[in-house]
Amino acid sequence: MIQVNDLRKSFGDEEILKGITATFEKGKTNMIIGASGSGKSVFLKNMLGLFVPNSGEIIYDGEPLNEMEIERKSNLRKEMGMLFQHSALFDSLTVEENVMFPLRMFTKMRLKERQENANEILERVNLVGLNKKMPSEISGGQQKRVALARAVVNNPRFLFCDEPNSGLDPKTATVIDNLIQEITHERDITTVIISHDMNSVMEIGETIVFLKDGKLAWKGTNQEIFKTDNETVTDFVYSSNLFKKVRIAQNKGL
Amino acid sequence: MNKFNKALNYVELFLSIFTTMKFLKHIGRYMIMLYGVFKRPTKAIVLKELILKEIDDLIIGSLGITAFISLFMGAVVALQTALNLDNPLIPKSLIGFATKQSIILEFAPTFISVIMAGKVGSYITSSIGSMRVTEQIDALEVMGINPLNYLIFPKIIALLFYPFLIAIIMFVGIAGGYLASVYGGLASSEDFIIGLQDSFIPWHVAYAFIKTMVFGLMLATIPSYHGYYMEGGALEVGKASTTSFVWTCVAIIIANYILTQLLLS
Ligand SMILES: Nc1ncnc2c1ncn2[C@@H]1O[C@H](COP(=O)(O)OP(=O)(O)OP(=O)(O)O)[C@@H](O)[C@H]1O
Ligand SMILES: [Mg+2]
Repeated sequence: MIQVNDLRKSFGDEEILKGITATFEKGKTNMIIGASGSGKSVFLKNMLGLFVPNSGEIIYDGEPLNEMEIERKSNLRKEMGMLFQHSALFDSLTVEENVMFPLRMFTKMRLKERQENANEILERVNLVGLNKKMPSEISGGQQKRVALARAVVNNPRFLFCDEPNSGLDPKTATVIDNLIQEITHERDITTVIISHDMNSVMEIGETIVFLKDGKLAWKGTNQEIFKTDNETVTDFVYSSNLFKKVRIAQNKGL
Repeated sequence: MNKFNKALNYVELFLSIFTTMKFLKHIGRYMIMLYGVFKRPTKAIVLKELILKEIDDLIIGSLGITAFISLFMGAVVALQTALNLDNPLIPKSLIGFATKQSIILEFAPTFISVIMAGKVGSYITSSIGSMRVTEQIDALEVMGINPLNYLIFPKIIALLFYPFLIAIIMFVGIAGGYLASVYGGLASSEDFIIGLQDSFIPWHVAYAFIKTMVFGLMLATIPSYHGYYMEGGALEVGKASTTSFVWTCVAIIIANYILTQLLLS
């Protein structure tokens, strides 16, 4: 479980996060949603300790991040998996080497075993036959999936995904969503997913945090988000025409 | 007018304090970086591989161009010396002597290091810098790896082999001088070799290699610093490489003066 208390972050004079409190539960797919530029990625990077917040606390299973010794922090990070918004694959390594990287660094596995693990996970993200390609030789959506494979290959206890299915076709996006949810339930880990895709929210938004202009605008579940009267939320949810039609149909009792 | 001048003085004072502070900030951060490079080391077997790769990229990969430059510079030094020798009382062996002295004392350690600042330095800055802008450094950090150690330590170790490169460069440079003298008809082979052996001072060679070691460390760390702490996007990677080249050169030239003062006078 990860608890965030009154998190604030500014860049220069501009306050991006204006005091956010949220809980991300273990064994669940926790989503952060919000418009582009609302501070989702900055929020996530603060949680990971890549940015130092101006104030507030981030607590991992009862342990505040800012009180951890550097050694402790790097040990905790060995149990984290992160999928960056722009993939952040190591561009000097092949697809396969990228996926094997955490295993190489933190396990005693032999090459063969590492390759088996990598192949297994690459198969689950629907990528077969790209093992020897370089990241620059595959498409953006493929890079995303390689990055997801790298994030989950070493069985993390905390999984963070910044827009895992942006740039993917609807079918692959669903595969990825389902995979993240399966892994979360199977391994009983804490998963935090950023998204603005309403399909994913519907599918896997077991808990939802809605950010607007650096503030928490709403929280709840995917059951509740379609019933709430909170205007900022309905504004966001029904901005897509498809969902608008669904809403009208619902209101007519169809 | 007087008041204006006074105000100008204050502005000047303020600016000089400001630039000094900024400079000190860089020095401080550079020191912290060096400290960080040796903390929380990466797995030994991975480091070994990275070091071998860096030796290949940084040292062996530079052999061709530096040897080429050195061969011709040695030849030019010999040629210049010969052309300025119009007094028949001065022995031809001076050509060998001058080539040896200039190659060993300055050309190979200092001039080649400036060239390396361009070749290896901008490569280091742009490779680390592009990892910074594409969040690969963040990715390393999130995995619990010390990116400073992972990225910079292997480069420092690889450049400990820099004196070997320079030794080869010295040999090639002198060979260039020899070839130009003998085949260009400037001096006989015997004369040139007598010049080479003339008043040989071992300390000069030691001095050259001490300099080389220091320059090697600068070539590894200053460009790394500029890449690691850069901000912005692809455009800034290019700018950072240029800045890094300028600062590495400045540092090498100043260190050269200080070391020469300390070691030779
Ligand atoms: N390193 C930084 N320095 C200064 N400002 C930043 C930095 N990173 C982000 N910001 C600012 O923070 C705000 C929020 O950015 P963030 O990347 O968190 O948005 P986001 O919600 O993830 O959007 P998207 O859905 O488009 O990814 C932006 O206005 C951006 O300008
Ligand atoms: Mg984002």
